Amino acid sequence: MSSVLMVGVDGSECGERAVEFAARRAKNSGARLFITYIIEWSPFTFSTALENAERHQRREEEIQRAHSEIVDPIVDRLKTEGLDVEGLVRHGHVAETLNALAKSKGVVNIILGRQGTSKLKAHVFGSVGSRLVQSAECAVTVVP
Amino acid sequence: MSKLSVGIATLVSLFASFSVFAETGIDEKINIAVKPFADAVAGFVFFSFPVAGVAIPFVLVWLIVAAIVFTFYFKFINLRAFKHGFELVRGDYHDPEAAGEVTHFQALATALSGTVGLGNIAGVAVAVSLGGPGATFWMILAGFLGMSSKFTECTLGVKYRNELPDGTVSGGPMYYLTKGLAEKGAGFAKLGKVLAVLFAIFCVGGSFGGGNMFQANQSFAQLVNVTGGDTSWLADKGWLFGLIVATLVGLVIMGGIKGIARVTSKIVPFMAVTYVMAGVAIILMNYSLVPSAIGAIIDGAFTAEGISGGVIGVLFQGFKRAAFSNEAGVGSAAIAHSAVQTSRPVTEGFVALYEPFVDTIVVCTITALVIIITGTWDPSVDPSAGVQLTSSAFESAFSWFPVVLTVAVILFAFSTMISWSYYGLKSWTFLFGENNFTDATYKVLFLFFVVLGSSMQLGAVIDFSDAMIFAMAFPNLLGCYFLLPVVKKELNEYWADYKSGKLVKTRVS
Repeated sequence: MSSVLMVGVDGSECGERAVEFAARRAKNSGARLFITYIIEWSPFTFSTALENAERHQRREEEIQRAHSEIVDPIVDRLKTEGLDVEGLVRHGHVAETLNALAKSKGVVNIILGRQGTSKLKAHVFGSVGSRLVQSAECAVTVVP
Repeated sequence: MSKLSVGIATLVSLFASFSVFAETGIDEKINIAVKPFADAVAGFVFFSFPVAGVAIPFVLVWLIVAAIVFTFYFKFINLRAFKHGFELVRGDYHDPEAAGEVTHFQALATALSGTVGLGNIAGVAVAVSLGGPGATFWMILAGFLGMSSKFTECTLGVKYRNELPDGTVSGGPMYYLTKGLAEKGAGFAKLGKVLAVLFAIFCVGGSFGGGNMFQANQSFAQLVNVTGGDTSWLADKGWLFGLIVATLVGLVIMGGIKGIARVTSKIVPFMAVTYVMAGVAIILMNYSLVPSAIGAIIDGAFTAEGISGGVIGVLFQGFKRAAFSNEAGVGSAAIAHSAVQTSRPVTEGFVALYEPFVDTIVVCTITALVIIITGTWDPSVDPSAGVQLTSSAFESAFSWFPVVLTVAVILFAFSTMISWSYYGLKSWTFLFGENNFTDATYKVLFLFFVVLGSSMQLGAVIDFSDAMIFAMAFPNLLGCYFLLPVVKKELNEYWADYKSGKLVKTRVS
């Protein structure tokens, strides 16, 4: 039984480094790999009636764009390298959703890129990495 | 963007022709032209019969009787499902696979932003002034019963909504009246079509009137009031205010500039919370007066000294303002609630219970308490001066509050207009078909009415538009009566699953 790894990507260079790190480990250990992109979304926002009516359609578009622009290119590239890899796109609070997904997929290690946000911004909004480190139910690796 | 420029060009040309007329007293001309028709419609909708010397409009009886029937038919669903409704709004039963879709909270918030507004601020002041503190008691009771009406119409709205090929969702009485009644046989199918068309016509009328002109008119009145009354530089510039508001509304509904709508939809809840907190603060500052205010509300409800029409007069004022404020039974909310993501329509009915609760039982009661405690109510008030009355009640505690209230009133009015433009458009396209031309025609008309509403004192037209909103309740509630067994079946199936623990709770609290 091989282990399962999950990489959280956000389309940035840091996310790219996390992917390389995870791919190397997966190659060495034969682990299964999930490439995950979370679309920031809250169930408690305010919207107009028209936005609500179009929401289902917009959601599909958002998921498709995340797949075609960010997740799928990475998955395709790693597949050609012979890795067992799958792409996932979800809506939600980034840290909470990554944790919940990891739990449901039996992931042993979540791998993230360093966000590189300024100190102030991280204080005000909290960074995904630090939130996840505090709340995750599996190991979290932050790649610099 | 071409649609936008056509819209603005049309608006400007409409305005140009209008300002030429203005010099010759267009408001009088329109009044004279529209009055016989408006009076006939208003006379029909507000057909009244005397009870103990008070003229009670039939439509009000129609709304209250339905609310009582639904409350008993669903065995006090407004109490029974209150806790579960809250769990649904809080997201206890969110399906994680559906993240990103419209949640119960979002559907409720959208519907509320269409109803919280002038009714809560101006209407309550009028009710307390004309009916005494006792009117508050009947207002709360009407809000409580209205919860059952909202439950019924919103469940039906979701159950019979249309999911269009392009993925957008569209629901409301037009759809449940046609599709729901068609399930009952050929005769009902015809009736359903007639009711749906009637509903759509009234809804378009209501969207131009109560959902538009009335809002523009009242927010302008408050703006003039706070900038110096008759001496204000703005006093005779209603057209300018109307043009600015119409441009902003136009940018949202024609230009698809979603930023403005998004900003408004974020500020409006904030303003509502500010308003409620200011009200609660005034109540707490005068906590020693609260018991006597509550005493006055309860005594006044049953004794009604010095109120014209006695107890019936008080009851009438309370019920009327509650109905104006929360629109339960009118059918408008069913349009707003129907976009929610759920496989069980009745869940949105439970959530919709919170609309009259928040709107009438919480916000209206706070307004009423502030007015009673500060003693600002005045039996000789002109019903059109409601906003000023509430404004001076809050001013007696916080001198700066009228400015905040003005901003709140304008924002509430703006968000109500955006909501009603959507309700009206859905009804318009139901009648005339969905294409770019019908779409643009409606929107241009809507913007024209914004300018009209803020620049004129059109008593007859305002009466007419109120009549249109209430007229929506005739086809809507008649259809709801026929569809009650459908709602009951949905409710019983769901409630059995809920009680037996079959529903998956995703949030552990």
